[in-house]
Amino acid sequence: MTPVIDFQRVTKHHGDLTRIDALDLSVSQGEVLALLGHNGAGKTTTMHLILGLIAPDRGSVSVLGGAPAGPHAETLRRRLGYLPENVSFYDQLSGREVLAYFARLKRVARAQVDELLERVGLSSAADRRVKTYSKGMRQRLGLAQALLGEPQLLLLDEPTTGLDPAATRDFYETVRDLRDRGCTVLLSSHVLPGVEPYIDRALILGGGRRLAMGNMAELRAEAQLPLIIHARGSLEGDAWRHGWDDPRIQAVDHKKHGVTFSVPVDAKLAALRHLTADPRVEDIELLPPTLEHLYTHFSARRAPEELGVIS
Amino acid sequence: MKAILTIAGKEFRDGLRNRWVLAIALVLAALAVGIAWFGAAASGGLGFTSLATTLTSLSTLAVFLIPLIALLLAYDAVVGEQEAGTLLLLLTYPLSRTSLLLGKFLGHGLILGVATVLGFGIAGVVVALGAEGVDIAELAGGMGLLILSSVLLGWVFIAFAYLISVSVTEKARAAGLALVVWFLFVLVFDLGLLALLVSVKQGGDWLPWLLLLNPTECFRLINLAGFEAARSVSGVTSIAQGGAFRPAVLIPILFAWILVPLGLAILRFRHRPA
Repeated sequence: MTPVIDFQRVTKHHGDLTRIDALDLSVSQGEVLALLGHNGAGKTTTMHLILGLIAPDRGSVSVLGGAPAGPHAETLRRRLGYLPENVSFYDQLSGREVLAYFARLKRVARAQVDELLERVGLSSAADRRVKTYSKGMRQRLGLAQALLGEPQLLLLDEPTTGLDPAATRDFYETVRDLRDRGCTVLLSSHVLPGVEPYIDRALILGGGRRLAMGNMAELRAEAQLPLIIHARGSLEGDAWRHGWDDPRIQAVDHKKHGVTFSVPVDAKLAALRHLTADPRVEDIELLPPTLEHLYTHFSARRAPEELGVIS
Repeated sequence: MKAILTIAGKEFRDGLRNRWVLAIALVLAALAVGIAWFGAAASGGLGFTSLATTLTSLSTLAVFLIPLIALLLAYDAVVGEQEAGTLLLLLTYPLSRTSLLLGKFLGHGLILGVATVLGFGIAGVVVALGAEGVDIAELAGGMGLLILSSVLLGWVFIAFAYLISVSVTEKARAAGLALVVWFLFVLVFDLGLLALLVSVKQGGDWLPWLLLLNPTECFRLINLAGFEAARSVSGVTSIAQGGAFRPAVLIPILFAWILVPLGLAILRFRHRPA
């Protein structure tokens, strides 16, 4: 099956800056891909390339079976939803009017407007001017706008900024719903907590280059980050620091009611056996590296290279 | 095509909502009625004098006001949406940049058209009702030509405003440039031409043709050339007489003055990065 998004060695310059550097990317249908990276890493540029707002200097971009600019654009754009970073609308219009305007432009049935307002929880505020909306409400209106016409591909640039935790969870539930219906979702974020359960793969960008890509298991395998094990119990004394077969297993924190270990992935079971054999241990908690840890790890790996480029 | 109408509809409704239509119509109507009534004040009289004087004064008013109103109405058409962030969204919708600009032109053109017809129309009706000894047919003809040419002049400057709006990235810059354009076409051009007229001693046959390089002069020619009484107030346009300087020729020239900047604006808009 042909991928929904296909980047082949895509390079994009902006003046002297290289926004995207020889990026390969392939996203298949029904996949949720997170684009991660700090400011200027190339997340937004990648989205703009997919949208056909800018053309690559080198390499080729194909979206839903064609180049996003040119003759394919018209059909593509009716099957695509986009929520820009810091979305804004016509302040003088009401939420309903804004959505109705975009629905007409996308040639979508009017009935969808009320349906979507209901879905993002803006029904009661639909007739108020957008000017009076909070940041979160604007963001939800932006999402409703992106969902017009049941798109097959959804691009969401920093979708959860300004949303409270409950609204963020609702938002990700919506994303999961869409994916279950076969919609491909690309979302960029630097707010990592909460996103992990909802994504299939993550692409970590730095300086326009791909630092890492894969699902959580692949990223963990590549990073080889130690996992954290909390052992609770009345573990007194200093003996806990020592006496392990594997020197890589370290007690990083020792409190009265427990010890925290940093354990390499391949030594996980050895450590667990050791701990379960000890009658003083009452409970064991396993914390594999989170997306946030992985992100920090991969971004840091990039840093020395960047310094080298500058000097 | 449907996208063009959707955009035009929104622009026009915005124009009604933020009272542009009402404001322009009221200003034009009030000034026009005032001019019709106090047109003779300079010569010590009061009340309606003659149709020729009134129409001449009205077109002198229009030549200053209409371009200014058109520029103010449309200078932020693109750059305003760019600053607000809505342009980015619009460009990802299934409509071409050409449709976007044409839709806006249709909407803004309609706002200006409706307001001008209302404003000058009201003035015409007031004159027809209130003034004595006016030939209604002549009045209707004169006012009709004034309204038509005013609307065309407005559209010319809306097109100029778009050309500015797609060429800059800041609203403030667009506003500044709009004022420069107004200044050049409405004030400076006249002075330049006058200086040229004085300095060229002989064989200045080609001078009248220079008037066609300025849409506001075309507008003046359309409205003033027909009146004997207008000679005293028509300024430099009085150098053009007869021949090619008839409304039937000048109105197509005004159309060209709409199409050229609008076409350039569309080209620029299509070829610039998002």
